[in-house]
Amino acid sequence: MKKITLKMWKKIDGIIQRYKEKSGALIPVLEECQDVCGYLPMEVQERISRGLNIPGSTIYGVVTFYSFFTMVPKGRHTIKVCLGTACYVRGGKANLESIQDEFGVETGGTTGDLRFSLDSVRCIGACGMAPAMVVDDDTYAQVSKQNIMKTLNGYK
Amino acid sequence: MGRINRDQLNEIKSRGKGIIDIRLGKTLVDGEKHLMIGGGTACHASRSEPVRDAIKKEIKKRGLSQRCKVIETGNDSFATLAPVMVIYPEGVYYVHLTPDDVDDIVSQHLIDGKLVERLLYKDATDNDKPIPRMMDIPYFSNQTLITLRNLTLIDPENIDDAIYRDAYQGAAKALIDITTEEIINQVKISGIRGRGGAGFPTGMKWQFAAQAEGDIKYVLCNADEGDPGAFMDRSVLEADPHAVLEGMIIAAKAINAHQGYIYCRAEYPLAIKRLTIAIEQARRYGLLGKDILGSGFDFDLEIYQGAGAFVCGEETALMISIEGKRGMPRPRPPFPAQEGLWKKPTVLNNVETLANIPQIILNGGQWYAAIGTERSKGTKVFALAGKVINSGLVEVPMGMPLKNIVYDIGGGIPENKQLKAVQIGGPSGGCIPSDLLDTVTDYEAITGTGAIMGSGGMVVMDEDNCMVDIARFFMEFCQEESCGKCTPCREGTKRMLEIVTKITEGRGEIDDIATLEELADMVKDSSLCGLGQTAPNPVLSTIRHFRDEYEAHIKDKRCPAHVCKALITYIIVEEKCPGCGKCKRVCPVEAITGEKKVVHKIDPEKCIKCGACIASCKFDAIEVV
Ligand SMILES: Cc1cc2nc3c(=O)[nH]c(=O)nc-3n(C[C@H](O)[C@H](O)[C@H](O)COP(=O)(O)O)c2cc1C
Ligand code: SF4
Ligand code: FES
Repeated sequence: MKKITLKMWKKIDGIIQRYKEKSGALIPVLEECQDVCGYLPMEVQERISRGLNIPGSTIYGVVTFYSFFTMVPKGRHTIKVCLGTACYVRGGKANLESIQDEFGVETGGTTGDLRFSLDSVRCIGACGMAPAMVVDDDTYAQVSKQNIMKTLNGYK
Repeated sequence: MGRINRDQLNEIKSRGKGIIDIRLGKTLVDGEKHLMIGGGTACHASRSEPVRDAIKKEIKKRGLSQRCKVIETGNDSFATLAPVMVIYPEGVYYVHLTPDDVDDIVSQHLIDGKLVERLLYKDATDNDKPIPRMMDIPYFSNQTLITLRNLTLIDPENIDDAIYRDAYQGAAKALIDITTEEIINQVKISGIRGRGGAGFPTGMKWQFAAQAEGDIKYVLCNADEGDPGAFMDRSVLEADPHAVLEGMIIAAKAINAHQGYIYCRAEYPLAIKRLTIAIEQARRYGLLGKDILGSGFDFDLEIYQGAGAFVCGEETALMISIEGKRGMPRPRPPFPAQEGLWKKPTVLNNVETLANIPQIILNGGQWYAAIGTERSKGTKVFALAGKVINSGLVEVPMGMPLKNIVYDIGGGIPENKQLKAVQIGGPSGGCIPSDLLDTVTDYEAITGTGAIMGSGGMVVMDEDNCMVDIARFFMEFCQEESCGKCTPCREGTKRMLEIVTKITEGRGEIDDIATLEELADMVKDSSLCGLGQTAPNPVLSTIRHFRDEYEAHIKDKRCPAHVCKALITYIIVEEKCPGCGKCKRVCPVEAITGEKKVVHKIDPEKCIKCGACIASCKFDAIEVV
C-alpha cells in the first residue's frame, strides 16, 4: 500500500481548511485529496469526515457512488481505454483486450509491478479519432493493435 | 483594462474590426496573415502542439512575426484531419500537419505566396481532388454555423478575440436595452428547444423560473455530456467558452438569478481550463461580478467538476450532486423551476442551448425561427463518428435528412462498405436503419423511428457491426450507470442485459425476444428518471429494425456481422495458404499447426478468436465464418 506521507496530510488539511465553510464542498474536497494521494483510503476519508463534520458513512457512500474516486492505489501510469460508442464500433474493445493479455491485468486493476493501472472510460471526447486511449495526461488517437504496444513501451 | 462599460465594450469591438476582417477574408495592404491552428482535445491527441510551436519558432526565426500571427483556436471540428491549420485572409486549409511541414508552409506559402499542394485537403469522394479553401470543402460548405460560428476565427483564451466577434453584445442588450419579459419573449419566439436531449422549449422553462417566488435563484449549465460517443459540448467549451458564459448571464437576467454553476465532466480537462480562463477574463472586465457593464445587475459563476456518473446529467441528480451528495434523481414535481438547487428556483440548460442564446437576443427570435422545421427550430450540432469517412462536429439546420449528413458532409462509408444503421441519441436513443435514412433531423420525426434526437451523438455503423452486440453495449452501459434507486431500472436493466448477453453468446432461446420486449415496457413505464425510462430504447429499436439479426443469433447460432465471438470460427482457406508460418508464430495460444510450405490449420478448440493471425497474414488466407 502506498503510504500517505506527512506532506500529503498537510496538503489534505489545507484543502479541508479552504472548503470548511462552504456548503456542498465534499466532492471538490475528495477530488483534490485524490489528486494529492492518488487514491482515497479509509484513513483519508476519516480525516475529511472530522474536518468537514460529515459522517464517515456519507463520505464512503459518495466515494463509492462516483466512478472518478478510487480506494485502491494506482500504478505509476494510468491507461484509460475509451469504450464509448464511437470507439466501441471501431475496435476499442480489442485494444483493451490486447492490453489485458499483454500485461496480465484486468480492467480496474493494477499490474503487480505497479507500472500500469488499466481502466476503461466512456468517451473522452475524441470520438472523431476513434478508437482513443489516454495514458496519464496524453491522449492517443486511432489506436490499433499495431501501434498500441509501441506507445505503452514509452511509459516505464 | 479593468472593468468596462458598454461604450468600452464597443470600443474593443471596433478595435478588432481589422483583425476579424482578415479572418473573414479581406486582404490588407501590408499582407498580414493569421495562421489559425486547431487546438481542441482531438487536435492535441493528434500532436498539434509541436506543430504550433514549430511554426511559431520558424516565423520568428525568419523575421515574419510582424506580418504573420499564429493563433491556437479550439477548432477540432473536422477531427479526422487533425492537426489542421487555416491561413487567413485566403482561407487555405492545411491538414495532417507535422513539425516537418512547417518549413514548406513558411517558405512556400508565407514567403513565395504559393500553395503547398501536398498538404491540402484531398476530396476522397472526388478522385482525391485537392480543395485549397476551407469553405469550399463539402464538409464545411454544407453546414450552417450558429453555435459554432467562431470556429477557426478566435483564440478561445483571449476575451478580446471573442468581443471582436460580438461576444457580450447580446448580454449588453439584455441587461440594458430590453426588459426581462422581452428577453423571455424573444427566446420563446425563437422556438429553441433544449439541446440536452429532452427538447423542452427553453423560453417556457425560463418563464416558469422567472415567475417562481424567491429572491435567491440559480442558473446552471449542464456540461456533463454523458452520451458516450458525443463531444459537441466539449468542443463548444473549448472553442468558444464566452458564448456559454454570455448565455448564462442572459438567462440569469431573465429569471433574476445572481449565482450560477457550470457542471462539467472531470474527463474534460481542456474544457475546464479554457472555461476557467474565460471566467477570469470576464471577471476582470466586469462582465461577471457586480454591476455588469454598468447595468446594475450582478451575476457570478463557478465551475463544478462532475465525478463521473452518467445519471448526474439528469437535472435533479445534477443539483443533488452539486450539493455534495450521491447524485440520485428525485421525483418531480416539484420541478427545478420551483425547487431546484438548495431548494431554490433554478434553470438548468445544456451548453449548446446556452451558446445559441446570445445570437438569439442579438438578432431577434424571428431570425432564429426562420431556420429549421415547423416544430424544431434553428440548427443542431451533431458529433458524427463511427464508420464514416469524415468524422467530427457538424452543425446543420433542423430538417436536414440524415442521408445528407452521412453522405454530403460525412463523405459516406469508408472502404466501400454498406451502411447498416445510424445510432442517434446515445444510450437513450436507437438505431435508424439504412432504408429510413430520408428521416429528417426534427425531434418528432426522429422519435417516430424509435430513436430520439438526444444531445447529438450520431454514430454510423456498417455491415461489420452487429446490432445485437450494439444493443448489448448500450444495455451494459445503462445497467452500470443505473443509480439503483428504483427497482425496475436496477433489476430490469440487469435482466435485459443478461438476456441480450446470452443471445450474443449463442445461448439464446426463441422466447427471449418477447421477454425482452415485455421487460422493456415494464422498465420504461415504471422507472423514476429518464435513464430508466429510456434505457430499453436501444434494444427495442434494434429488435424493431433488425429482428432478423436477433433471429440469426438465436435460431441459426450465427452472427451475420462476425462480431460475437461465440458464434464465429476462424478458418484457413486452403487454396490461399502457402504455409509461410507467420500466423503460427503470432498465435498467442498455439492453436495453429502446420509444416513449413504446407497448408496450416486452426484448432477451433484452442482458438481464442483474438484476430492476431488475420492481422499477420499477407495472403488473406484466414477467414471468419
Ligand atoms: C440519465 C440522464 C442523463 C442526462 N445527461 C445529460 C447531459 O449529459 N447533458 C445535458 O445537457 N443534459 C442531460 N440530460 C438532460 C437533463 O436532465 C436536462 O434535461 C437538460 O440538461 C436541460 O437542458 P436543456 O433544456 O437546455 O436541454 C440527461 C438526462 C437524463 C435522464
Ligand atoms: S430510473 Fe434508474 S437511474 Fe433513474 S432514479 Fe431510477 S434507478 Fe436511478
Ligand atoms: S467514444 Fe471514444 S472518444 Fe468518444
